[in-house]
Amino acid sequence: MTSAGQFHRIPVSERREITCRVDGKPISVFEGDTVLTAVLTFRRDLREFEFSSDLRSGFCLMGACQDCWVRKSNGERIRACSTLVADGQEIVTQHGGKTDG
Amino acid sequence: MVEARIVIIGAGPAGMKAALSLVEAGHRPVVIDEAQRSGGQVYRRPSPAAERSPRALYGFEAARAQRLHQGFDAIADFIDYYPETLIWNAEGRTLDLLYNGQNQRIAWSHLILATGAMDRIIPVSGWTLPGAYTLGAAQIALKAQAVGIGQSVVFFGTGPLLYLVAYQYAKAGITVKAVLDVSAFRQSVVALPQLLTGGRTFAKGLFFLAWLRARRIPVLRGITPVEIVAGTDQAVAGITIRTAGGKLRHFDCSGVGFGYGLRSETQIADLLELEFAFEHNHRQWLPVSDDNGRASTCGVYLAGDGAGILGADAAELTGRRAALVLRFDLGETELAAEIDTLSARLNAMRPFRHALDHVAFAFPERLARNVPDDVIICRCEGLRAANIRQMARDTEEIDLNRIKAFTRLGMGRCQGRVCVAAATAVLAGAATDMSSTGRYRCQAPVKPVPLRAFLGGCDEQV
Ligand code: FES
Repeated sequence: MTSAGQFHRIPVSERREITCRVDGKPISVFEGDTVLTAVLTFRRDLREFEFSSDLRSGFCLMGACQDCWVRKSNGERIRACSTLVADGQEIVTQHGGKTDG
Repeated sequence: MVEARIVIIGAGPAGMKAALSLVEAGHRPVVIDEAQRSGGQVYRRPSPAAERSPRALYGFEAARAQRLHQGFDAIADFIDYYPETLIWNAEGRTLDLLYNGQNQRIAWSHLILATGAMDRIIPVSGWTLPGAYTLGAAQIALKAQAVGIGQSVVFFGTGPLLYLVAYQYAKAGITVKAVLDVSAFRQSVVALPQLLTGGRTFAKGLFFLAWLRARRIPVLRGITPVEIVAGTDQAVAGITIRTAGGKLRHFDCSGVGFGYGLRSETQIADLLELEFAFEHNHRQWLPVSDDNGRASTCGVYLAGDGAGILGADAAELTGRRAALVLRFDLGETELAAEIDTLSARLNAMRPFRHALDHVAFAFPERLARNVPDDVIICRCEGLRAANIRQMARDTEEIDLNRIKAFTRLGMGRCQGRVCVAAATAVLAGAATDMSSTGRYRCQAPVKPVPLRAFLGGCDEQV
């Protein structure tokens, strides 16, 4: 596991490894990871803030702050902290929240 | 429209216990919860693919958690359980839910609100950086995802959760650089007589503190946070604080978790147009209830931390009480004695809770009122303290709802959940009465709902 991520895994017993893609880049994660965990074990930022170039990585992890919305490749928006990552899933974080209605 | 039902909102300790106590009497409640699995925040369960032992997940609370989970799992066939379901509107005696991507409407005859709580936040410079999380988030990361919010972390703020989370992280092998408490040691001394009535809870608190100290993890009291510092990657690289003695100190770390106690989640109560009152003890507007948890609207009952913070053990009691009072109202008058006993037990817990949350770890009012001008208050909209103060000056208003209309404060996606405590304090400024800023009102949808749920195909948010 790279140490470049924000989140740091603690050793736990065997879990099934799955693969997803973040902005086209394949990453290997674990079944049961949220989308947020998947992204943040590889890098420190989840998305760019809508109104500036600031970076954001979620805040509450309990579905309250709404600071962790990204997209699936079909454009559907998902709340990263409360959505489990699926095998083969494509996640798009670039301009993740720019078209907020 | 289907027939009206008994509905429980929330599947934490209060909601689970309420469900058990209703099923016991042959009722079939609907249980609606946002999480994938029951347990609430405190007894949160990881997804089945990431299951771990109760001991690893809940520590001292393992037996309690296990009992609750097993009880709730055992009634699965006797309730209608909607996990991963968002209630985004409540009108009259109906609820609008988003379940499985579809909008659904449920009519209720009786409603138990067990909506829980989240961390109370005071913004500090750098709090929106990647790597800065609530204490609750830090705990969820560890419990539900088996990750730490950083490789080396600092926890700050105040409250029992501060020490619990620090202990849990250090125990999991993550480097805890420091535990920084804004509350001064003397506050605990003042609160001591009442704290001693806390029994098990108090003993655990002392244990965590001793454990951290024994591992030479710096625990500083009476500090003032100054800045969460960014590195070249625009993410957390450390934190600077002022010690009780007035010296600046810096700690390097890659993650920070912070919070100042908990705040009840009341948005659904608000949509239901329940009567609210400003509770100075809890420092927030809360739905009012009679001595046994009946809300102002007939058929609505309040339970758990959503009705005022009393902690997980009390949440089980208020959950059971809500169910019993509901059953009493349906004619089981023989429950009166048990209801009285429960209420008496709850009242006996209040002095300890008060000493803990409002004396030993009191919300640092001054810190909140004096958030520096350049600090972001509303992370959804990027509004700074200066924007809010300026608007208050220009309009001579300190009413939250008016300020909201002028500045978009709290109009972002979180609907003020994160910022309202701090915004209230900033607006109150020098005013002595916190309730003078009025009660922040929320609107449906309380959380973003994809239009697709109504229209099919389209996915913009309303
Ligand atoms: S991190 Fe707050 S809603 Fe996802």
